[in-house]
Amino acid sequence: MATVILPARFNEWTGGADQVVVDARDVRQLIRALDERFPGLGERLRDGVAIAIDGEIINDPLFEPIEPDSEVHFLPAISGG
Amino acid sequence: MARKTHVQTTINGEQTEFLCHPHQSLSEVLRDELHMTGTKEGCTTGDCGACSVLLDGRLVCGCLVLAIEAEDTEITTIEGMASGEKLHPLQQKFLEHAALQCGICTPGFLIAAKALLEHNPDPTEHEVRYWLSGNLCRCTGYDKIVAAVLDAAQSMGGDTR
Amino acid sequence: MSESNGSDRKFKWVGTRPIRHDGVDKVTGRANYGADFDLPGMLHACMLRSPHAHARILRIDTSKALALEGVKAVITSDDIPELALTDASGPTNFSDLSRNVLARDKVLYHGHAVAAVAATSTRIAQEALALIEVEYEPLPHVLDLRAAMAPDAPILHDHMRTKGVDPTPDKASNIAAKMELSRGDVDQARAYADIIIEREFETATVHQGDIEPHACVAQTNEDGQTTVWASSQGHFMIRAYSARLLQLDISQIKVIPMEIGGGFGGKTTVYLEPIAIVLSRKTGRPVKAVMTRDEVFRATGPAPATLINVKFGANRDGKVVAAKCKLVYEAGAFPGSPVTAGAMCILAPFDLDHFLIEGYDVVVNKPKTAAYRAPGAPPAAFAAETVIDEIAHELEIDPLDLRRNNAVSKGSQAAYGPKFSDIGLLETLDALRAHPHYSAPLGENQGRGFAVGFWFNAGMQSSAEVKLNEDGTAIVIEGCPDIGGSRASMAIMAAEELGIDVYKVRPVVADTETVGINDTTGGSRVTFATGMAVIEASQEVVKQCCQRAASVWDIDPTDVIWQDGCAVATGDGAKKLEKEDKLVPMPIAEIAAGAARTGGPITGKASLNARGAGPAFAVHLVDVEVDRDTGKVEIVRYTTIQDAGRAIHPAYVEGQMQGGAAQGIGWALNEEYVYDADGVLANPGFLDYRMPVALDLPMIDTVIVEVPNPRHPYGVRGVGEVPIVPPIPAIANAIHDAIGIRMRKLPMSPPNVLAELVRASGGA
Ligand code: FES
Ligand code: FES
Repeated sequence: MATVILPARFNEWTGGADQVVVDARDVRQLIRALDERFPGLGERLRDGVAIAIDGEIINDPLFEPIEPDSEVHFLPAISGG
Repeated sequence: MARKTHVQTTINGEQTEFLCHPHQSLSEVLRDELHMTGTKEGCTTGDCGACSVLLDGRLVCGCLVLAIEAEDTEITTIEGMASGEKLHPLQQKFLEHAALQCGICTPGFLIAAKALLEHNPDPTEHEVRYWLSGNLCRCTGYDKIVAAVLDAAQSMGGDTR
Repeated sequence: MSESNGSDRKFKWVGTRPIRHDGVDKVTGRANYGADFDLPGMLHACMLRSPHAHARILRIDTSKALALEGVKAVITSDDIPELALTDASGPTNFSDLSRNVLARDKVLYHGHAVAAVAATSTRIAQEALALIEVEYEPLPHVLDLRAAMAPDAPILHDHMRTKGVDPTPDKASNIAAKMELSRGDVDQARAYADIIIEREFETATVHQGDIEPHACVAQTNEDGQTTVWASSQGHFMIRAYSARLLQLDISQIKVIPMEIGGGFGGKTTVYLEPIAIVLSRKTGRPVKAVMTRDEVFRATGPAPATLINVKFGANRDGKVVAAKCKLVYEAGAFPGSPVTAGAMCILAPFDLDHFLIEGYDVVVNKPKTAAYRAPGAPPAAFAAETVIDEIAHELEIDPLDLRRNNAVSKGSQAAYGPKFSDIGLLETLDALRAHPHYSAPLGENQGRGFAVGFWFNAGMQSSAEVKLNEDGTAIVIEGCPDIGGSRASMAIMAAEELGIDVYKVRPVVADTETVGINDTTGGSRVTFATGMAVIEASQEVVKQCCQRAASVWDIDPTDVIWQDGCAVATGDGAKKLEKEDKLVPMPIAEIAAGAARTGGPITGKASLNARGAGPAFAVHLVDVEVDRDTGKVEIVRYTTIQDAGRAIHPAYVEGQMQGGAAQGIGWALNEEYVYDADGVLANPGFLDYRMPVALDLPMIDTVIVEVPNPRHPYGVRGVGEVPIVPPIPAIANAIHDAIGIRMRKLPMSPPNVLAELVRASGGA
C-alpha cells in the first residue's frame, strides 16, 4: 500500500486528511482510487499537477509505476525558464 | 516616399554600391539591402553594440550611422574579419574560451575587440572591460569574453591586423 | 536504461572542452537568427500598441491605414478566433494568451498589441499604424501589488474569482489565485524558538534582457499550409500554441528554428508568430515581424515584482524550527505569475519540519510576466537567505556553520513535498569554506556575503535521432534550440557512446517535421533530458553495430561488446573467431561502410519523457565595496560554486554559472521597470534599463561540484537556472557586512542604498 501525501489545498475534498494509504500499481489507478474515496478529487489531480514518487518529480504522469512502499506527493506543476 | 540615394563605398576591402533612403541606418542597409546579416541589431538606439562596425577604422554603432554617410568610406564588418580559410585570432580565441553562448552579441564584440587591439595591442583587463562597455552580453557575464580578448592580444604579440 | 550514473566510468569526451560545432558560424556572422531571414516578396509587419495602461476599446477603424499605398493587410482581434475563457491546458490559458497577442475588448497595459499591419516596408507599416483610429475609454489602472489587492482596486478582469479560497468568492478580484503549502504545526513549533525574526521584502519588475528582439517570418500557402521561421526557446511550442490560438491542425504548421539570441525564459511563449501567420494568410505573401527593443520591454514577459514576508523562528543553536512565509507576486495583465515555484523554492534548501507558506498570484496593468531563469526563485531566496543571515548575526554564530546546520541533504523532506535523493548542498557549502576567497582579507568599506540557491530542474519530453554515415561519422538530430552551447554537449554524449571523435559527430537542431516532439529549451532540461535521448539513440546505434558485426562474424550477438568505437567479440564468439584467425575488433567505420550488405542504414532513435531531473544547488560568495557618499555598490570579487551532477562541457557549465551570476547582479543592483503616474513604462531601452556591462563586473570565479544525479546515465543535472538564485541575497548580505545595513528592497541601487545610509545616520 502506497502512502499518498496530499497538499492542504485539497482539504475541501479530503475532509482534512493529508495522508492516505492507497493500493495502486500506477498513477492512473492511484488517482482512480483517490477519486472513489474522495469524489471530485480525481479531476483536481489530473491537470496542472505534478507527482513525486519516492522523491522524484514527474510531470504528466499516468502510467508511472508505484511500488507497494512508495511515498507519493502531489505538487503544483512548475515550468522553468 | 523620398527617392533613394546612390552610395559608393568599400566594404571589407571590396568596392560596393547600394541605393538607400536618407533615413536608413548603415546596419539596416547592411542587413536588409546587402544581406550581410552578420552585423546584428539588439536595440537600434546605440545602446547594445551588436551592430558594431568599423568606419574608416573607427568603432561605430552601425545603427547610429546613416547609410549615406558611408559614401567614400571604408567599412569593416564581421564578414570581413576572417581571411580566407583562417579565422582572426580573436575569433579563434572566442571559440577556444567558449566566449559565446547564444552568440548574438559575438560579432559586435569581435569588431569592438579588433578595434581595441588595433588601438592598444596590450590592454589590461580593466582597459578591455572599459573598451567593451558599449557592448552588451546577457549570457556570459563577460568573464570568458574578457579572457578571450586578453589571450588573443597575447597570442598576436602586437600584430593586430 | 542503466541505473548507474557513471560515477565509476572512465570518460573520454565527457568533461572535455571541445570547440562548439556551431562556433565558426557564430564568430563569422554566418549564423542566422530570427531577424536574419528574408524571403522574396516578403511583407513587413508592425504592431499598433496601446497608449493606455488600462482602457476599454470602443471602436477600431482600420480603413485609412488599409488605403495607404503599400499596405496589404490590417488585422485586429476580430481576425483571430475568440477562445472560451476556460480554454486552458496545464498552466497555459489560451484565451488569455490570445488576448495578450491581440487585445480584445480591453487593453490591459501600456504596449498591449491592438492591431497589426503588413506592408511592403517597415516604414510604410509604421506610417499605417498612425492611420488606425482607435477609440478608447480610459479606465483607472493599478500597477502596485498592495493597491491591486485592496478591496476598491480597479479590476482588470470582471470574470476573475480568486482560485484556491473556500468558498469561491462571488466578487471579482485581482487576486487570481491563492496557494498554500504547509507541514507540521507552525504555531506550536514556535514555542521552541529562542529567536523570531520577521521581515518584509520588496522586489521590482525586471526583464530577461535577451539581446535579440523577438522575430519571425511566416509564409502561408493557398492550401493553408504554413511555415514559420522563428527564434524561440521551443519551436514545437510555437507550433502548438499558434495552432491552438488560430484553431488550426498542428500538421498545418511547420516551424523552422532560427538561432536564438538569448531567451532566459522570455522566449517560451508566442507574441508575433500567430499574427504573422494570419497576415501571411490574408496577403498570400511571406510576412516578417521583428520587435523593436522598446516593444520587447513594453510587451514581452518581464519577471514579476514581488512582496514577500518571512518569519523564521530558530533555537539558540541557530536551527530554524518554524517558518511562515507569504509571497505575493505580480502576474502582469493575465494570471500566472511564478508564485507557485517561488513558494515551493523558498524553504527548499532548509531542513525544516514546521512551516506555512502562502502564495498569491495578482494581476496588475503591466505586461504578462513570462518565465525568467528559475522563475520565482530569486526573490524568494532574497527573503529567506537574508533572514537566515540575520539570525546568524543575532545569535553570533558563524553564518556558514549556521547555514550548514540548516541545510537539506539526502533523505531530507523538501518543503515542497518529496524527499531529496542525492543532492549537493552540503558539498557546495564545504567547497565554499575551502575556497581561498572565503578567508581572503577585505578592504575598507568592503563586505562579504554568501547565499544558497535552489532550483528543481526539469525533465520533460525530448526526442533525438542518431544517424551513422557511410564512413562511420555521425549526425545527431534533436529539437531543442541551442541557447548556450548545447549542441556541443549533445555531440560529446554521442561521441562518448559511439566511441568516436567528438568532431566526427555533427549535431543538428531540426525543425518540427524532422524530429520527434521536443519540449521547450527551459527548466535547465536540455543537457539532462535531450542528452538522455541522445545517449539512448546512440546506444541503439551501438546495439545495431554489434549485431551487424555479429552477423558478419557469424557469431551470437550477445558475444559482441562495444569498445572504443569498435565491435569486439567475446566469449564463445571470440573463441570461434580465434580459431578462424579472425579475432580483430571491427571499427565503426567498417561497420558503417558495410551497412548496405548487413541490413541497410544504421540509425537510432529515442523519444522519452525524462524522469529524475536532479535538483540543483548553488552557493555564491561575493565581496562588495560600498561608496558611502553615493550609495554605489561595486562588486569586487565573485565566486560561484554549484553542483552540476556531471559537467558534460565544463566551459559551458561555467558560462551558465557566470551568466546567471551576472544577471542576478543586475537584478540586485540596478534593474527595474520604472512607471510614470499614467502607467507608462519610462525606461523601455538599454540606456535606462541598466543591465551590467563588462566594466561593472569582475572575473567570476567558478567551482563545479559534481554529486552525480543517480537518475541520469552520466549523472547530469541541469545547471542553467540555479545560478541566478543566490546573487541577490549574497549581495544583500555582503552590503550588510560592509555598512551594517540590511537592504530589503530591490534594486540596491545608489539612491536606495544612499537613502538607507542617510536614515541609518539619523538623517532625514
Ligand atoms: S543595435 Fe546598434 S547599438 Fe544596439
Ligand atoms: S552570448 Fe548571448 S548575448 Fe552574448
